[in-house]
Amino acid sequence: MSDMNAVATEAPGTQPIVPAGPIKQDKPRSLAGDAWRDLRRSKIFWFAAVLVLVVLVMAAFPTLFTSADPRACSLSRQFAPASGEAIFGYDYQGCDIFARAVHGARNSIIIGILSTLIAGVIGLLFGLGSGYFGGGVDAVLSRIVDIVLGIPFLLAAIVLAKRLASDPNNNGLWAVTLTLGFLGWTTAARVMRSSVIASKNQDYVAAARMLGAGPGRLMLRHILPNSMASFIVVLTILLGVNIAAEATLSFLGIGLKGDAISWGIAINESGAFVRTAWEPLVWPSVFLALTVLAFIMLGDAIRDAFDPKLR
Amino acid sequence: MSSPTDVVLETKGLVKHFPITQGIVFKTKVGAVQAVDGVDIQLRRGETLGVVGESGCGKSTLAKLLVALEKPTSGEINVRGENMVTMSGGKLRRARRNIQMVLQDPYTSLNPRMTVGDIVGEPFEIHPEVTPRKGREQAVRDLLDLVGLNPDHINRYPHQFSGGQRQRIGIARALALKPEIIVCDEPVSALDVSIQAQVINLLESLQNEMGLSYIFIAHDLSVVRHIADRVAVMYLGRIVEIGNDREIYEEPTHPYTQALLSAVPVPDPTLRGHRDQIVLEGDVPSPANPPSGCRFRTRCWKAQDICAEQDPALVLREKSPHPSACHFAEIRNVIHSV
Amino acid sequence: MTDIKAEIDVLPGVDPQAQLLDVTDLHVEFRTAYGVAHAVNGANFRLAPGETLAILGESGCGKSVTAQAIMGILDSPPGFVTQGEIKYRGVDLLKLSEEDRRKVRANRIAMIFQDALSALNPVYTVGFQLGELFRQHRGMSRADAKKRAVELLDMVKIPAARARVGDYPHQFSGGMRQRVMIAMALALDPEVLIADEPTTALDVTVQAQIMGLLAELQQQRNMGLILITHDMGVVADVADRISVMYAGKVVEEAPVYDIYKRPAHPYTKALLESIPRLDHKGQELSVIRGLPPALTAIPPGCPFNPRCGYVQDVCRHDPPPPPYAVEMDRTARCHFWREVMADEQSH
Repeated sequence: MSDMNAVATEAPGTQPIVPAGPIKQDKPRSLAGDAWRDLRRSKIFWFAAVLVLVVLVMAAFPTLFTSADPRACSLSRQFAPASGEAIFGYDYQGCDIFARAVHGARNSIIIGILSTLIAGVIGLLFGLGSGYFGGGVDAVLSRIVDIVLGIPFLLAAIVLAKRLASDPNNNGLWAVTLTLGFLGWTTAARVMRSSVIASKNQDYVAAARMLGAGPGRLMLRHILPNSMASFIVVLTILLGVNIAAEATLSFLGIGLKGDAISWGIAINESGAFVRTAWEPLVWPSVFLALTVLAFIMLGDAIRDAFDPKLR
Repeated sequence: MSSPTDVVLETKGLVKHFPITQGIVFKTKVGAVQAVDGVDIQLRRGETLGVVGESGCGKSTLAKLLVALEKPTSGEINVRGENMVTMSGGKLRRARRNIQMVLQDPYTSLNPRMTVGDIVGEPFEIHPEVTPRKGREQAVRDLLDLVGLNPDHINRYPHQFSGGQRQRIGIARALALKPEIIVCDEPVSALDVSIQAQVINLLESLQNEMGLSYIFIAHDLSVVRHIADRVAVMYLGRIVEIGNDREIYEEPTHPYTQALLSAVPVPDPTLRGHRDQIVLEGDVPSPANPPSGCRFRTRCWKAQDICAEQDPALVLREKSPHPSACHFAEIRNVIHSV
Repeated sequence: MTDIKAEIDVLPGVDPQAQLLDVTDLHVEFRTAYGVAHAVNGANFRLAPGETLAILGESGCGKSVTAQAIMGILDSPPGFVTQGEIKYRGVDLLKLSEEDRRKVRANRIAMIFQDALSALNPVYTVGFQLGELFRQHRGMSRADAKKRAVELLDMVKIPAARARVGDYPHQFSGGMRQRVMIAMALALDPEVLIADEPTTALDVTVQAQIMGLLAELQQQRNMGLILITHDMGVVADVADRISVMYAGKVVEEAPVYDIYKRPAHPYTKALLESIPRLDHKGQELSVIRGLPPALTAIPPGCPFNPRCGYVQDVCRHDPPPPPYAVEMDRTARCHFWREVMADEQSH
């Protein structure tokens, strides 16, 4: 039994710290406009944004970064050390490590981003529906989440990828993307669900309901914006996970086919030889890690910029 | 104080029971929390009805029922003669324009991601028939001015305001649709003492200016005395006594009211040792399992057999010139020195 | 009640003749990214055994921070005690090692908080938490500790103590939990109890019970009680002396009867006039205009000057007023205390 809701008297930190100075007409400001103003000033944002931009350009135009052909491999150059032409050296097949890393960006980024977006959309809908409607809807949706979570990832991936990769000509990019998207949304859904449940019980939502707001307005205007913080963080982590997961699938033969290049593939192939040469393993891993880090930092910066309380 | 004429709000037999269920997949009802158990109130135009009681008495649930945030288990809520309980959809939405609420916690009652202008303007977006789009910004500015805030702050966010100012924003939002009735649910409990006075004065002046009627729910009896014309005392989901401010504060007849008043500390040290101290033993019984007959009997010094057998109704009694739900109701002044 | 007072921890320098608690010129600041918040700016308190001192003020005035500094539980960083002495029976607590400080806590100076639910560990039974104090500080066996725990619950009038000793905190009502917290605080027989808003979150009838219990226990043990609150009614009921705080300073200090009858500081006076009374219905409530200052931007001169009805130029420009001696045993930090006292109360 709870006594009188513990009344919180004003804490010192909640006084407006910036004194309300000379009052002039404030320009009409939207949350997005304010967020952009804050982002512009954040060093983390610029660092992450530049990094992401570099990686995206690398994915789109790999030839800007290297003229070497990643597929021009010659066993005679196996594990050859770094030189002026190949700044990271050569891997066990005699391929230029740097060239492979650069060209690998495209597949890794596309798969990473797209699969995360797909997972995000599914997760958001499930989480929002579960959290907002509760009751029977929540019971059904949550059981679906549990079932998907319960399926062993590799088993499901094998089945899904086989079904989706019907055309033997393409290199399996869409198959991998969809597989990862359809299997990776569960954590995002759960996180979104908890955030929605927490937001739903806030006083300002009750206030809006009292004004006569319908479910659409409540969800879009009040609940979603206040539930995104953890969700975004989960998505940025999922991005990294998916890029690496693609490697597992490719290794099993159900990922990218043929002579496709990706960071995951490069990492996987070089694992066995790491005691002979570390470069083929480390460099693609560094690319992967930096990219994931950049997205995570970007996600953090954006999330913070949209939180008016941190202003 | 305007002279009350017609009744703007009336409840009849209002009941809200929250079912207690067991089971994960298939839920079976094993009991009910009787949060509100038969409440009849009447509110006249321009009047303030105070509702006081301690935790578990059901006053917060009552507030939510009045603004249709919860659906009653049974009973009627008549606003302007029309029963809101049976309404739905567009009709309910329109009916809501007449009865609004000011919430307790200024830190959670405003969406932190909306500007003040959006918050106060949201009622106009939900009810576009009230004000045409062009006039909305001016209407919002007028509202901010009305509650003593600077209209030029229209694009600021709630966290840039102090608690008292946020409460004013909440009041402005409640006034947007020009309701006749405002339910104030502990509107000043979360504010500092010196700010409480500002907000209370604001509420009073708005009432005088706009002819509003208030249901003022609070646990602070001194604040309620100041602002209310009539006061209802609630205990375990029922009203145990109701009367005007003199009747309740100076001539209470129900034992619970008397105990409640005697427990309120008064900022006057000379009264130490001279007040009529009634100290209640034990805790409030669970609303899921209220005592039979009179619900207060388990803590009441006057309890007799009849109290367990017969549920006392809220009526006038031999020794109580105002309605009191006690078989042995009798006037006892507890707030002045003995 | 068995009375065990084991002196397993001896504090060097303790002088039984010295003042029980003597806080002088305490300054606490919080260094944040937004600037330095001056939470306490020269506070002075004295406490004698058996006395109840009320520290009265609104949020942000520094009263809780003072209590935390005395207890040594200040969040540091970002909080730092930059000046002053906190003397317990002649020993300056601020100069003690953390080890010694810990001995003082609970054994000699104890504290209870507003929210018992967060002060008690939800995953251990009440008996376990109480017993732990005895097992740790007094080296008692588990069985003895449990016996003491039951005695303590009895002392704070929890019905069926023996049965309830195995219950978890959430199984108690708010008022009962507060009693458990009091039991924990008094377990090791401290000489000073600091109560930080102990009844703010409680119903008024429960509040009356708890305050009554505190008064009784204090009298039994001749304990010093520091009551921190913003509720002027509670203070009027129980306090012997009151220190009113504003913006980190004690602006007025006086015996309780004097301060209510004739306040000597404009802030105290304004506060008294702005609260609605239970025993009569007034007209409009008198209001203190403006807001308390942000602790990072305290106005120069007297911190109350932007809101004060008695303000003159000297208040804004001169250094903050020192504690003028209004009467014996009474001080007020206001240049115009005589005018304030001369004006009639509007109640």
